[in-house]
Amino acid sequence: MTVIATESLSKRFPRVTALDRLSVDVGPGVTGLVGANGAGKSTLIKILLGLSPATEGRAEVLGLDVATKGGAIRERVGYMPEHDCLPPDVSATEFVVHMARMSGLPPAAARERTADTLRHVGLYEERYRPIGGYSTGMKQRVKLAQALVHDPQLVFLDEPTNGLDPVGRDEMLALIRRIHTDFGISVLVTSHLLGELERTCDHVVVVDGGKLLRSSSTTDFTQTTTTLAIEVTDTDEHPDGTRAVREALHARGVTVEAGSGLPGAGHILLLTAQGEETYDVVRDVVADLGLGLVRMEQRRHHISEVFKDDQETEEQQRKEAVGHGS
Amino acid sequence: MAAEHPVATPAGDQTRIHNIGYRAYDGPRLGRSYATRSLYSQSLRGAYGLGRSVKSKVLPMLLFVVMCVPALIMVAVAVATKANDLPVDYTRYAIIMQSVICLYVASQAPQSVSRDLRFKTVPLYFSRPIETADYVRAKYAALASAMFILTAAPLLVLYVGALLAKLDFTDQTKGFAQGLVSVALLSLLFAGIGLVIAAVTPRRGFGIAAVIAVFTISYGAVTTLQAIADAQGSTSAIPWMGLFSPVTLIDGVQTAFLGATPSLPGGHGPSNGQGVVYVLVVLGLIAASYGLMMRRYKKVGL
Ligand SMILES: Nc1ncnc2c1ncn2[C@@H]1O[C@H](COP(=O)(O)OP(=O)(O)OP(=O)(O)O)[C@@H](O)[C@H]1O
Ligand SMILES: [Mg+2]
Repeated sequence: MTVIATESLSKRFPRVTALDRLSVDVGPGVTGLVGANGAGKSTLIKILLGLSPATEGRAEVLGLDVATKGGAIRERVGYMPEHDCLPPDVSATEFVVHMARMSGLPPAAARERTADTLRHVGLYEERYRPIGGYSTGMKQRVKLAQALVHDPQLVFLDEPTNGLDPVGRDEMLALIRRIHTDFGISVLVTSHLLGELERTCDHVVVVDGGKLLRSSSTTDFTQTTTTLAIEVTDTDEHPDGTRAVREALHARGVTVEAGSGLPGAGHILLLTAQGEETYDVVRDVVADLGLGLVRMEQRRHHISEVFKDDQETEEQQRKEAVGHGS
Repeated sequence: MAAEHPVATPAGDQTRIHNIGYRAYDGPRLGRSYATRSLYSQSLRGAYGLGRSVKSKVLPMLLFVVMCVPALIMVAVAVATKANDLPVDYTRYAIIMQSVICLYVASQAPQSVSRDLRFKTVPLYFSRPIETADYVRAKYAALASAMFILTAAPLLVLYVGALLAKLDFTDQTKGFAQGLVSVALLSLLFAGIGLVIAAVTPRRGFGIAAVIAVFTISYGAVTTLQAIADAQGSTSAIPWMGLFSPVTLIDGVQTAFLGATPSLPGGHGPSNGQGVVYVLVVLGLIAASYGLMMRRYKKVGL
């Protein structure tokens, strides 16, 4: 089942091309839309809501054509804008009830769903106070609540973590996860930070300059390889324990890379685990050498590393300078 | 969709024991026209400060009272003195009270549309099933209705008073009906002009000042020129001048067709032919206001 499908979708403004022949399919679940400022994320959302016509190509949301079925799409979809959108002189309850009615909910249902939704996003007593006095975190929650209040099948969240501190960011990300797992609503969430979407999303779409850079599920990124990080002690017999282990492992046919770029680099060995036996090999090698094993841990690849690698290869291909050696 | 299932109580929140899980909504979704009506009623209530802070109720409520008090006094006098007519015609009342009406539209048109622009709530509306035209219609209809309530309420007071004073029923009913038609036209015209001006700026203060300026300056200029023309004896130009201010426009229409005595200097009301021009200009302005607002909001988008 496809929730969002675009086909060669382009949007050209007089001076910039915001989207450039973007073709992407998005399934149910939480999908991250990642790109730098000006990559075209918000432009894509506006087109998907049927509010801004595409210059070229086509797009469907929940099987409905954005060019002709905008109204039907907007009835089934929620939208949280990246900018402020809340009047300061009304309470969260009044505002969300009004927005629920604007989505077509009868008055009684609008009130009931507002109370439920505000509770789910974590607003309690403060919901009766004027929004003007809220913190950024609380305002983001109200913005999220108005996008969820009519129980849409899909929500577009445009930079929901914008302006939040690390704790607020984590809470927001956890909430976004719950929108899918607990509420059963699919999510398209944008961010310019790849790292923060890794834990939250099932699927990540990366756009750059309006072009599709990559679209894959996050498990693809993070589970293709398991990397083991090993750190050992030195002994009199082996003054450079790290090197001794590397050579011994090499002799046993296990390829090892130095953990450069990590804290304590040079003392950490990274190797690709080929299943259970790799652990045994490492244990035996270290024991044979009489060294102490300080740590042996599984490292999940961060998406950001995957993309960094990707982009670096690409850059090298373009014969552009590669700076830092991470 | 997600079934009901319990969710752990948030830590440190012992009062919320029954934190039930997410409930999907499978009730009716009433769609676009219902949403438009909801926006209309919210905006109409908002025009009298209902559903808003106490502070925002003060001015519209005060203006409403100020509109009605003279009518009450007139009625009281008419009943007490057993007069055989009301001190003013139904159609004159709004002309006499024009500064109160002007103040009302100047304060409420910006609160209705500038707020949505300033706090960027407009994009949220357009992320819902409604279209640009629905938003514009709801806002226009709401302010026009609010102004009709403001201008028709004192006429109702006069009418009820006139019946209590046992004045001629047929005469009074006819006058009242003519008055209602006149203030309905006035409400549409004033609300349209006020909203167009207010929708240009997200700054409420500018909006208020601009609306007051347009109404008072145009009225001042037109009546001054008419007075000069009257003094110089060029009376034929006087009715044409009235086309250039909202208040004199309404005055002209009701003089020509609604049995009103002209408030123009020297009693030079428009002829029936000129009256047709007045009506066309009023209707044209109403249509133009709507068209301009549509253009404005097409551009706002998200
Ligand atoms: N209405 C418009 N008219 C002209 N150019 C526009 C318009 N809207 C967007 N753009 C341009 O299109 C490009 C993509 O903009 P968009 O807002 O979609 O980026 P974004 O990925 O959402 O960026 P950000 O992370 O800053 O929100 C930008 O170069 C922007 O300047
Ligand atoms: Mg954006």
